[in-house]
Amino acid sequence: MADGTNNLTPRKAMLVQLWDENPIFRQVLGICSSLAVTNRLFNTLLMCAGLAWATSMSSLTASLLRNWIPQRVRIMVSVLIIAVYVIVVDIALRVFFAEIHKDIAAYVGLIVTNCIVLGRIEAFASKNKPLASLADGLGAALGYSFMLLAVATVREVLGFGTFCGLPISLGSVTLKDWMAAHNAQWVIMVMPPGAFFVLASMVWIARAIAMRGQSAPEAKGGAA
Amino acid sequence: MEYLSQIVLIAIGAALINNFVLHYFVGICPFIGVSRRVDMAFGMGAAVTFVISIAAMLSWVLTYYVLQPGAPLAKWIAGLFLPAEIAAQVDLSVLTYIVYIFVIASSVQFVEMYLRKFLPALYKSFGVFLPLITTNCAILFACLYVMKMVVGVEPAEQWGLVPSLTLAFFAGIGFTLAIVIMAGIREELDHCDVPAPLRGPGITLIVSGILALAFLAFTGMDRKLEKMFKGDAPAVTAAQDAQVPTSASPVWKPPAQTDSPDTDTQRQ
Repeated sequence: MADGTNNLTPRKAMLVQLWDENPIFRQVLGICSSLAVTNRLFNTLLMCAGLAWATSMSSLTASLLRNWIPQRVRIMVSVLIIAVYVIVVDIALRVFFAEIHKDIAAYVGLIVTNCIVLGRIEAFASKNKPLASLADGLGAALGYSFMLLAVATVREVLGFGTFCGLPISLGSVTLKDWMAAHNAQWVIMVMPPGAFFVLASMVWIARAIAMRGQSAPEAKGGAA
Repeated sequence: MEYLSQIVLIAIGAALINNFVLHYFVGICPFIGVSRRVDMAFGMGAAVTFVISIAAMLSWVLTYYVLQPGAPLAKWIAGLFLPAEIAAQVDLSVLTYIVYIFVIASSVQFVEMYLRKFLPALYKSFGVFLPLITTNCAILFACLYVMKMVVGVEPAEQWGLVPSLTLAFFAGIGFTLAIVIMAGIREELDHCDVPAPLRGPGITLIVSGILALAFLAFTGMDRKLEKMFKGDAPAVTAAQDAQVPTSASPVWKPPAQTDSPDTDTQRQ
């Protein structure tokens, strides 16, 4: 675990979070608020941008304040810091994407209790220099984003036949029209169970790739 | 009678049809993390049900009297410093996240102190789960749901304390149900030969997917019940359904047949 060690360079801290300690498939954190927004790629993109902003900025702030925050109230202070940045995200969404805000507002609010944000502050930002903490937070958010964007892509393409709201061309017809004509929308992908199945497959693929790098006995022991 | 049937519909909706874990995807972290054994899962479920009810009750009171636009208490306090016409416009709803998270954290703290003093046996059995609940998104989600039914709603449709409390309590029951079923399945899964990369969270997610499929069977139950309660009277829950703050609708409708990408993205 690279978490406890100090003096990671910002670049290293970010890379560790992106793959070695990826929040989704390594630690299975913070998926609560996010499975629900993955049936549309664009919603997921907004959610991930919000999370990236909240994680990196609150890591930076917590790191800057780390020598002034009393140990006993630090969780409260961290939550307060996160809440402030989430309110900024909420207001920004309300102004620029009013329609989408209506759908995902409740889930944006849940970034406050997202385990990734608080986890990064507790495990990294409270012990490390500001720049490394910023990179660490950003890396965690990006590692989380690329998994979720992959899930959202699968769900939207199979469920609605569109990509980020844009039609996919299959030569003469679009995929969406073809699906409608052949009654081939993969309904389950749009509904809640689809999110679980796709995420499970993503975790499976990512872990299988990660395990190929390790020796076989170690992979067997470390997986349970 | 109408009021009573609304309460029953909210209760069934929160516990079964729109189960918090399997439909809204909140509280997945404990759902996956603490579902190894049935007794632990039950303890977690009981603790969550307890805290979610208290937190939703407190947040309803705070939202109604302080946070919503034109709330009586906020207006009165602002009236002490500001001219009356400005005080009438005071809107503290931007502070909801901070207020709710403090309400949740302090109610967890309260429950912990109370149990340790008066019910030490129960306190011991809850163990480490109580402090963990602070970061359980299901509770914040319940508070935000209650807020959605209070802020910006027509006065006639605004939820009172009883519907809010019912929603929270039965959401807790639904969470307990889901996590206990899950733990039961996982105990059996220990004997199965699961591929190495899929062990742990992977297989748990797949099982949750199957559970979510099973819970889909409850979809539409509310409409039937409503018809039973009211004969042919217009729907109460039709309005409730429209305001459900989720992107995943319980009944999947085919995508709108428009080619404009804008409307397509916005339609949920």
